[in-house]
Amino acid sequence: MTFPTPATSVTPADSVDPASPPRDPDRDVAGLSPGRLMWRRFRRDRTGVVAGIIVACYVLVALAAPLISRLYGKDPYTTYGLDTPGLLNEYGFPILPNGGISSEFWFGIEPGLGRDVFMQLVYGIRTSLAIAFAATLGATLIGIVVGIIAGYAGGRTDYLLGRVIDVMLSFPSTLFIIAFMPVVENLFVGPEEETPIWLRAVTLIIVLTAFGWASLARLLRGQVLSLREREFVDAARVTGASPARIIFKELLPNLWTPILVQATLMLPSLVTAEAALSFLGVGMIEPVPDWGRMFLRGTEVYQDDITYLMFPGVALLIFVIAFNLLGDSVRDAFDPKIRR
Amino acid sequence: MLAFLTRRTIGAVITLLIIAAATFFLFFAVPADPARLACGKVCPPELLEQARRNLGLDAPVWEQFVAWLAGLVVGRDYEGLGHCPAPCLGYSFVNREPVLETILDRLPLTLSLTFGAAVFFLLFGVGAGVVAALRRGRPLDKIASVASLIGASVQIYFVGTLAMYFLVYQWQILDRPQYIPLTEDPIGWAYGLLLPWLVLSLIFTANYTRITRSTMVEQLSEDFVRTATAKGLPRRTVVTRFALRGTLIPVVTIFGVDLGSLIGGAIITETTFGLQGIGRLALRAVTDSDLPMLMATVLLAAAAIVVFSIIVDILYAVIDPRVRLS
Repeated sequence: MTFPTPATSVTPADSVDPASPPRDPDRDVAGLSPGRLMWRRFRRDRTGVVAGIIVACYVLVALAAPLISRLYGKDPYTTYGLDTPGLLNEYGFPILPNGGISSEFWFGIEPGLGRDVFMQLVYGIRTSLAIAFAATLGATLIGIVVGIIAGYAGGRTDYLLGRVIDVMLSFPSTLFIIAFMPVVENLFVGPEEETPIWLRAVTLIIVLTAFGWASLARLLRGQVLSLREREFVDAARVTGASPARIIFKELLPNLWTPILVQATLMLPSLVTAEAALSFLGVGMIEPVPDWGRMFLRGTEVYQDDITYLMFPGVALLIFVIAFNLLGDSVRDAFDPKIRR
Repeated sequence: MLAFLTRRTIGAVITLLIIAAATFFLFFAVPADPARLACGKVCPPELLEQARRNLGLDAPVWEQFVAWLAGLVVGRDYEGLGHCPAPCLGYSFVNREPVLETILDRLPLTLSLTFGAAVFFLLFGVGAGVVAALRRGRPLDKIASVASLIGASVQIYFVGTLAMYFLVYQWQILDRPQYIPLTEDPIGWAYGLLLPWLVLSLIFTANYTRITRSTMVEQLSEDFVRTATAKGLPRRTVVTRFALRGTLIPVVTIFGVDLGSLIGGAIITETTFGLQGIGRLALRAVTDSDLPMLMATVLLAAAAIVVFSIIVDILYAVIDPRVRLS
């Protein structure tokens, strides 16, 4: 029951084109690991592939932000509208219609400070994705560890961890994350000092992780409880396998499906959570480009300049839709028995 | 049943106690000094000491926590402010108003927002889910699934602001959302909250449509549905009396979670529409370091979540007689 090939290491070259003539049946049976099977099914799911490409584009834009900035010739920090007269009117709104969209400023300029919207959007993906990715990773790791320990150890440990999970899930999380931000920050920096930007990012990651792991832990605990009673685990135990071996070689390979599916669903929800925090004014701080702060600014000026709100709004909408579709496809590919 | 309820209630009280303690002790890890805030900008040390004593911040933290708990159960006396009868949530650090009164003042808005939206998203969500399941694979089903995908992906601060822009400012179909008490003017109440209700339900509906549809599809292929059809019951009876009943179980589960979290304050919704409910109160309490107010809002939010999870468990037994609460 070991899955030697993790899904991520499978390259397109390994997969079998469904249209090609059937191969030697023996090789087919022996040669296709679950990871390859998953990849094969995934490739046939057109929606999933398109969604995956869109998600990849977002990641690529985030990674290549400095390059795009150089090609485009602008950066997200310069206040073009303030520096160059004729871009913003006396109230600070773009003079050109539609938020000041022009061949020079593709997505217009920000009301007030007059920064470039396109650059803010591109660099904003970076902030949101990096924070959400780190928090997803952290929450998934804690969820795996707690879930497996609770399910495998059983007894008093399980009871205790179960109660901790219950309490965590009963916390009003939005309110608590907001209340927690200053607490966590205070651990690193004195009240009088200015908070460095990287520290705010780390704080966000910590609080999002702290309130993100519990549901995955509960799910995995349940899975481990039922797996533990299965024959192959008994067999391993009878042959004298150590608990570490049972966990890593017998249990964990069977848990990759729920873990991966949950992680794909967690990432977009954390992207939106991070944006929501910045929208409420407790997330990323100036001058780091951030989608949530664009929303905050957008809702302040929407009566006069609705265009500025549209860009982060539509960009986030497409991102979340693509990610949700990708999550569905990953689940279908892993577990074809579950049909939506 | 009684034993089950007792056990769940004890568990709930313990959970709430842990959350209350966590909030209380973490509050003192925050750098901001509430006494300094209460004292004002120019604050000589002796006045600061005075303010600290007035707010009850001079005692050790655990003593303050015990005093707060005692106030909740038997009431508590405040120097200069008189007796505060149980359940006493204390006085706000910021404006010295009794916290309980402020909460009760804001609660009707949050309750109206929650239950009004709940009616919409439950009706739309379950309705669309049932229709989609009955018309599986047909255009209506496809429309429902696309709509629920978009609904599940939009953000309230985006779609809510867009709705305000077009419906209120551009086309002037609706007024700016506002809260008029139901007892004063029922029509104005519904009219003032219509926009937040619709936007909230747009976002919540998606989940219900998805779950209703998938469960309904399963239920329709069950033996008891075939039997009911075979013995000649009309389609409508088969769907509503048999298939829908089984579909309600997962719906009730997420409904309980949603209601619980909405009553605790829809912070983002209230911010988007400029409504002054529990959510805004909580957000202000955090930014003002207003401990009594923060404790009250956190406790209310957590209590809503815990209470609704118990109600959901009871409803299981009502909907499905096979569920024995053991």
